[in-house]
Amino acid sequence: MSDHEYTPQSKAGKWFNDRLPLLTLGAHLSDYPTPKNLNYWWTFGGILTFCLLTQIITGIVLAMHYVAHADLAFASVEHIMRDVNYGWLIRYIHSNGASMFFLAVYIHIFRSLFYGSYKSPREVIWIIGLMIYVLMMAAAFMGYVLPWGQMSFWGATVITNLFTAIPLVGESITTWLWGAYSVDNPTLNRFFSLHYLIPFLILGLVVLHIWALHIPGNNNPVGIDIKKPSKDTVPFHPYITIKDAFALLMFMIIFAGFVFFTPNILGHSDNYIPANPLVTPAHIVPEWYLLPFYAILRSVPDKLGGVILMFGAIFILFVLPWLDTSKVRSAVFRPIYRQFYWIFVADVLMLGYMGAMPAEGIYLVLARVGTIYYFLHFIVVMPAVGLLEKTDPIPMSISEPVLSGGAEPSLAKKDNDKI
Amino acid sequence: MIKFNFKRLLSSAFIFCILINPLHSAESEELLKVKWSFKGLTGKFDRASLQRGYQVYNEVCSSCHSMQYLSYRNLGEPGGPEFSEVEVKAIAASIEIEDGPDSQGEMFTRQGRPSDKFKSPYPNVNASTAANGGAYPPDMSVLVKARPGGSNYIYSVLMGYKEPPAGMKLDDGVYYNKYMIGNKIKMSAPLSEGIVEYTDGTEASVDQMAKDVTTFLSWAAEPELEQRHKTGVKVIVYLILLTILVYLSMKKIWSRIDSEV
Repeated sequence: MSDHEYTPQSKAGKWFNDRLPLLTLGAHLSDYPTPKNLNYWWTFGGILTFCLLTQIITGIVLAMHYVAHADLAFASVEHIMRDVNYGWLIRYIHSNGASMFFLAVYIHIFRSLFYGSYKSPREVIWIIGLMIYVLMMAAAFMGYVLPWGQMSFWGATVITNLFTAIPLVGESITTWLWGAYSVDNPTLNRFFSLHYLIPFLILGLVVLHIWALHIPGNNNPVGIDIKKPSKDTVPFHPYITIKDAFALLMFMIIFAGFVFFTPNILGHSDNYIPANPLVTPAHIVPEWYLLPFYAILRSVPDKLGGVILMFGAIFILFVLPWLDTSKVRSAVFRPIYRQFYWIFVADVLMLGYMGAMPAEGIYLVLARVGTIYYFLHFIVVMPAVGLLEKTDPIPMSISEPVLSGGAEPSLAKKDNDKI
Repeated sequence: MIKFNFKRLLSSAFIFCILINPLHSAESEELLKVKWSFKGLTGKFDRASLQRGYQVYNEVCSSCHSMQYLSYRNLGEPGGPEFSEVEVKAIAASIEIEDGPDSQGEMFTRQGRPSDKFKSPYPNVNASTAANGGAYPPDMSVLVKARPGGSNYIYSVLMGYKEPPAGMKLDDGVYYNKYMIGNKIKMSAPLSEGIVEYTDGTEASVDQMAKDVTTFLSWAAEPELEQRHKTGVKVIVYLILLTILVYLSMKKIWSRIDSEV
């Protein structure tokens, strides 16, 4: 962070800033020195902020017209779609917005995994980010329940039933969550309440996420520490703001494509059938963004084991900064890790695919292989590769041209070349 | 080098996943495909077909299937069948609606108004289930959105009544349908040659009626479709132009320093 003193020009500005230094904060955000070599994978932070605000604004409007009651919810959604001015637009932005939010967050997370952004000194940023991700999943799951269609009801039934796997108190906890003896009106009502609450918790965490980011500053594609400010950095405004705006607009074009031309493709047609506790759909599938975890859950024959592995798949990410033993951040300079990284990406995509398929035959076998590999990647590959890998030479600074192999004196971190 | 192979592996896996869309793989029979006028980026409904489709719904389907989320006024709104105001009033007035209670606490019947919701053929789901051999005729308001395959599925089922294959035993009141999931349907073939006499003189072949009523149901499920398409084109064009401007601004701003964006 730059330690420059900011003094407002106007007297009123100075008066206010002495009492609450909002203008200083604004100046800090504007001047914030940012590595100049950030690529477009770094624009997703801004895109995600846009996604969150879009969901909150459209959500607040939807809540003005939605009725959280088992007998009325489905009809109230149709009321929004038909009778509320531009209700269809607001709802389609909100429902597709959830998918776009997850698309962006997955790119954001995988960018972090590739460039080692979770490593020291950015562990807290990473952990807060994961907390946001977990809350996002909770919000998305509860939001999907609100239209009270068949997939809403049965998705809620499957997921809440996971808690019955907890020994001894599982049944009681599940009843407590439901507020009834099955998923019913009290469940819908409290899910609505929580669905409205969680985005504001996320917003608070986003502030912490950005605050924590502004302590060490951004990581960058080269993954080295840089002096700030220096010739390697640019002020956040206008350089990064304009670049983020450009990327955001590209993202919005894709977003608008979904909203206006194929608004239901990411949902499930069964959710346009009103919830019916007496009729179970042929295949109960969650939304696409939860499918990898669903595949892990179903790949374990034991219910409790499946639940533990599913939650474990998320929570292992929290200790990732300590599982990764490599001192080099960016995978650009890690030839071995880079390959395992792509295998891991393929593994997660495969798990997602298996999560959408019935849990039988070859699908189940592949889901099990994928699950085992998922955990191996973190427990074995990450620590071992970090210790054994011979990393490529790292440049001293961003401005310095890429090194040819033998330029010994320029190596910033020779001690990383283990073996 | 190997990195690129993984990328290729990744992209082929991705394409594989898209090709075998999991949500549609359960269907046994390839659906009949119609070139609907309302598909595509600028798709619009065929007004005449919508009006004929309403006639088919009104004279055939509505004796069992409700459409509880539609109002008679919707029939005159832009992007729909666009009946004239007079026609909409006449359609609504031909329906008897139970209203009340009045100031004496009595229920009474009155003529329908354009603001009324479509009248359901049965008072409740149980009554409709009981009257239809234990199978509830689904509400048709969002039926097209509630089935994988959408419009093509509805059209296919309407056209899918065939002789059952040899050896297939059907209970009383159960019919064979080539496209229905499980091939068994409790609705007898609803359309037959000339069951409707189109007011616009179009020949009421089964195929024509199936297309018209499917068009009507597609509109009923997505009454906003035309407005959505129109707005969508404008939004995308606007975003593209703005993106170009922002891109040029970005290039200009970044040209101040010797770095590439």
